[in-house]
Amino acid sequence: MSSGRVCHFKLVLLGDTAVGKSCLVVRFVRDEFFEYQEPTIGAAFLTQKVQLDDATVKFEIWDTAGQERYRSLAPMYYRGAAAAIVVYDVTNKESFNGAKSWVKELQRRGDPNVIIALAGNKADLEHRRQVQSEEARLYAEDNGLIHMETSAKSAQNVKSIFVEIAQKLPKATVQPEREAFPIMRPRTEQKSGCC
Amino acid sequence: MAEHEGKGGDGGEVPAPRPDWLPDGCEMLADGEYDAIVMGTGLKEAIMSGLLSTLGMKVLHVDRNNYYGGECASLNLTNLYNKFRPGQPPAPELGHPTRDYNVDLIPKFLMANGNLVKMLLMTKVTRYLEFKTVDGSYVVKGGKINKVPATPDEALRTSLMGIFEKRRFRNFLQYLAGYDEQQPDTFKGRDLRRMTMLQLYEDFGLDENTQSFTGHAMALQRDDTYLHKPALETIKSIQLYVRSLERYGKSPYIYPMYGLGGLPEGFSRLCAIHGGTFMLQCPVEEVLFDDSGVAWGIKATMDGVPQVAKATMLIGDPSYFPSRMVKPTGMVARSICIMDHPFNGTNDAESTQIIIPGRQVNRHNDIYVCMVSFSHCVASPGKYVAIASTTVETSDPLAELAPAFELLGPVMERFDDVSNTLTPVEDGTADRCFISESYDATSHFETTAADVQSLYERVTGQKMDLSIDPEVEQEEG
Repeated sequence: MSSGRVCHFKLVLLGDTAVGKSCLVVRFVRDEFFEYQEPTIGAAFLTQKVQLDDATVKFEIWDTAGQERYRSLAPMYYRGAAAAIVVYDVTNKESFNGAKSWVKELQRRGDPNVIIALAGNKADLEHRRQVQSEEARLYAEDNGLIHMETSAKSAQNVKSIFVEIAQKLPKATVQPEREAFPIMRPRTEQKSGCC
Repeated sequence: MAEHEGKGGDGGEVPAPRPDWLPDGCEMLADGEYDAIVMGTGLKEAIMSGLLSTLGMKVLHVDRNNYYGGECASLNLTNLYNKFRPGQPPAPELGHPTRDYNVDLIPKFLMANGNLVKMLLMTKVTRYLEFKTVDGSYVVKGGKINKVPATPDEALRTSLMGIFEKRRFRNFLQYLAGYDEQQPDTFKGRDLRRMTMLQLYEDFGLDENTQSFTGHAMALQRDDTYLHKPALETIKSIQLYVRSLERYGKSPYIYPMYGLGGLPEGFSRLCAIHGGTFMLQCPVEEVLFDDSGVAWGIKATMDGVPQVAKATMLIGDPSYFPSRMVKPTGMVARSICIMDHPFNGTNDAESTQIIIPGRQVNRHNDIYVCMVSFSHCVASPGKYVAIASTTVETSDPLAELAPAFELLGPVMERFDDVSNTLTPVEDGTADRCFISESYDATSHFETTAADVQSLYERVTGQKMDLSIDPEVEQEEG
């Protein structure tokens, strides 16, 4: 059942605390940016479409909701994720090491075919850079990751990274027919009147 | 450079002075001060932390394990073997050690219209989960498996009863379908608040056999004490069963893809989204009490440093509290069986519930079998996981499950567990320790939901509002 060329994919965000994961998503989904974004509260479940030539990709984006702080993300988080953006902060070397360990974690717990993008965020803060582009690029290349430096603040590469992921996702594969369903609100009486 | 440390959102402030409640030689655990500390990530605790955080409370949720779910986790083969056969690697013929299996430690199904589903809807945790119906609901009579007939139509087709009994049972079901507590004209002269269930059965001329499967497989009573209580409660249970069945068709039960472990994970996420802090692998060693016996915090030592967090209430499963605070209520025997075949007599159903009424096998308590399989993504292709459970009555608990093992046929692996069920001694209002009850042997979540409602009421002083408004469409975020 190919559903009119709209393909749905779950995308998860990973990365250390305060690298700008939520800011990236908020920029992508709402085209907004807040300098002092609170640590993720309340949102953490957003959707956004990317229009490609041959298909529409609709991302269902899961934010960590702070559960990355003590590395307490549940299996549910990784399950069924077709793509992941692993974010680090170019002004924080430690967060780049963190990103590498998140990539490992994802490879261990996620779907073997998950598409991973590595985002070096806060690229607008060039004067404070601690992670060189070349180093990250080589790491990404070695591990088969998409890599871009982004800025949620200036919007640099934010859309591009989602578009590139969308392009890489396997839209041709027929989605397996699913009998599973989300629970809906009980309907008030339906169907033909059974006795 | 420390402007985004993510510690509570108010960057810019100088490190807070050492709080006066922090004992000498200890550091703060996480952010130190919370409204509630929740211990154990079992389903009840996860629902509580989710609900409390949506009320605006600051919650710290800890678990000593490195996985979610506590006593009701769903384990992969590696973790399952670590628990039941330490040091032994999983048998390779079962499947992939970490990917294929999500084996529940506590087997239960959700009643499609039951209270746990209402809690999922109310909190919108439904958005994180997908479910599938359970293929069939069966009851054992004379050693044979029979589909539970729950509609007037099925009543006429069942082989559980003779022809005249079928008609009587159909009349009974039709009466139930029409009965509405609010509309006296549906009572047809019967006052179900006064009449006992036994009297109602007798009124419809139903025999003991029909009473047995109606009470046990539909009303889900665990023993026969309900017979002498007012019929209304039992009638409501049967109505719940019938309406749940009408919802999705095959059985009244639904079950989450990838196992029950998704339920506590989903509620944990709800809590996290509302600002709750989560720490797995937190070796909680002590609940801290003040001189008057009121709990005020917990202590855990990590990396050699004792760490303490403080809260106005502690919530948790019995294993986190001193043993004097809980008392045993009985024992449950559970056997997890991995098989390469479905049950005989179920049309090769890929998921089933089978109830063996105690009376059929000369026991007080019923024996339950919950079976799920690859079709719910809890086992590798072609494999089935059946869990038999019952409330223990003798000194040889596993022998009590023999009638279930007979139904199962050959199994590839079997993991047995006999555990005490515990209940708190106090209700928590005095010592601020709100302790959940152990999970019972029932094969559904209605008693679990009742315990959560009780905890919620004790903690907040409010009744939980389960009258979800079907008119409000949920919005994103």
